[in-house]
Amino acid sequence: MMTFIYQLINGLQVGSIYALVALGYSMVYGIIMLLNFAHGDVIMIGAYTIWISITAMGLHPVLAVLMAVVICTLLGMFIEKVAYTPLRKSPRISLLITAIGVSMLLQNLAQIVFGANAQTIPSIVTAPNITVGSMQVSVTAVITIVVSILSMLGLTFLVQKTKMGKAMRAVSEDTEAAQLMGIHVNHTISFTFAIGSALAGIGAALYCCAYPQATPTMGSMLGLKAFVAAVLGGIGSIPGAMIGGFVIGIAEALVKAAGLSVWADGVVFAILIVVLLFKPTGLLGRTMNEKV
Amino acid sequence: MLTVENINVYYGNIHAIKDVSFRVKKGEIVTLIGANGAGKSTILNTVSGLLRSRTGSITFLDEAVDHVAPHLLVAKGLAQVPEGRRVFLQMTVEENLEMGAFTRPKSEVDAGLQDVYSRFERLKERRKQVAGTLSGGEQQMLAMGRALMSKPQLLMLDEPSMGLAPLLVEQIFEIIRELHQAGTTILLVEQNAQMALSVADRAYVLETGRVALEGSAQEMLNNDQVKKAYLGA
Repeated sequence: MMTFIYQLINGLQVGSIYALVALGYSMVYGIIMLLNFAHGDVIMIGAYTIWISITAMGLHPVLAVLMAVVICTLLGMFIEKVAYTPLRKSPRISLLITAIGVSMLLQNLAQIVFGANAQTIPSIVTAPNITVGSMQVSVTAVITIVVSILSMLGLTFLVQKTKMGKAMRAVSEDTEAAQLMGIHVNHTISFTFAIGSALAGIGAALYCCAYPQATPTMGSMLGLKAFVAAVLGGIGSIPGAMIGGFVIGIAEALVKAAGLSVWADGVVFAILIVVLLFKPTGLLGRTMNEKV
Repeated sequence: MLTVENINVYYGNIHAIKDVSFRVKKGEIVTLIGANGAGKSTILNTVSGLLRSRTGSITFLDEAVDHVAPHLLVAKGLAQVPEGRRVFLQMTVEENLEMGAFTRPKSEVDAGLQDVYSRFERLKERRKQVAGTLSGGEQQMLAMGRALMSKPQLLMLDEPSMGLAPLLVEQIFEIIRELHQAGTTILLVEQNAQMALSVADRAYVLETGRVALEGSAQEMLNNDQVKKAYLGA
C-alpha cells in the first residue's frame, strides 16, 4: 500500500510535467494544425539555460527558472516567425517536416555548443522531505504538482476569460471569420506559441528537479510522451492535455511499481496505439468535420 | 462610401471576377444578385481583404483599401457577415458578440451588447449558451449581431437567407429593413433575388464574374431578363 501511494505521488509529479508540455502541443495544434515536434527541444534549451544560469552565471535557482521561462518563450516565438510563418499557406505536411527539421537543428546545435555528454544541474529545490504520518513526501514532488496546477489554472483563466484568450479560441475555430472580427491572426498565433513555450520553460525547470541533468536529446523522449498525452486527451483540447498528462504519468509510475521498469516507455506508446485504434479523437477531442 | 473599380480576381488560373465595378452610397442598400458561382461572395471577400484583386481599386470612405489587411478594415468600419454564418460554434453567444467588438474599446462593449440584445431578444435568452446549440435562424441573428458589435459604417451580408425556412427569411429581411431605417449602409449578396430586390435601393446583376445589368431595384423587378432568369416569372 505504501509503495502504491509513493508511486502515485511519483506518477502525479511526472504526469504534471507531461501535462504542461502536452498543453504546448495541444494549443499549437489547435490554432495552426501543426504537430510542433520542436516543442520538446525547446524544453531541452530551457534545461541548458538553467544549467548555465546556475553554474556559469551563479544566479539564484529561482532566477535561473525565470530565465529559462523567458528564453523558452522567446525561442518559441522565434521558431514560429522564422520557420512556420512563411509556410502558413503551404500544405500541412511541409509544416510537419519543417518542425522535425527544427527539432534536429536544435539538438545538433546543443551538441556542438554544450557537447554530447550530460551536464549535471545543481538542485533547484533544497528542502527536507515533508513527513505525513509515517510517510516521507519529497518537497520537489509537492512543488512540481502545485506549480503545474497553478500554471494550468492560470492558463484556463487566460483562455476562458481574457480578450486575447478568446481571440485564440476564435482563431483556432475559424481563422477567416476571426479576421473578419478584426482579430490580428499573426499576433494571436505568435501569442499562442509564447504561452505554450513559457509552459515548456516551467516544464523544463520541473523536469530538472526530477532528473537533474541536461543532454542534447533529452527533449525528444519527453516531447514524445507529452505528445502521447496530448493525443490521449484529444489533441487541441486544453483540459484533455491536462488529463492525458496525468494519466500517462500515473500509468508509467504504476508499471514501474509493478517491477516492470523496462516496460514503462513501451506502455506509454501502447496507450497511443490503443487510443489511435479505438478513439482517435482522444478522450475530450472533438470530431473534425473536414469541409469539402 | 464604397467604390469598387475594375477588379479582377483569380483563384489560381481561374478568372473568377472580370472587370467588376460598383458603388455603394451612404444610407443605401445595394444588392448583388446572381446565380450560384456568379462570383458574389468572391466580390465581398475581395472588398473585406480576404482575397486580392490583380487590378483596379477599392475605395472605402475616401481611402484606398486594396492592400489593407482584413483585421484593419474592421476597425475602419467595414463588417462582413460571411456566407454560412461562420459563428464560433464552441463559444457562447455572448463571447461571439464580444469577438465582434474586438476592435472597440472595452467601455463600448456593454452598450453594444445591450443594443444587440434589444434587437434580438432570442440571443439575450441564450447568451450563456454555446453557439453550436443554436438553430440556423438564431445563428444567422448571432452572425448579424456579431457584425453590428463593431459599429460598422458599412455592413456586408453574404446570403443571409441561405438554408433558412421561409418564415425565418422574412424575419431576417425585416431586420435588414430595420437596420436600413436606422441609417446603416448595407451591401447585400443574395441568391433570393425576389427578397433582395424588395429591400434594396439599387441592384447589380452578376453573371459568370461580370456585371450584366445594373439599375434601381424597381427597374430590376420590372426587367424582363431578370424576371425570366431570377424571379421565376
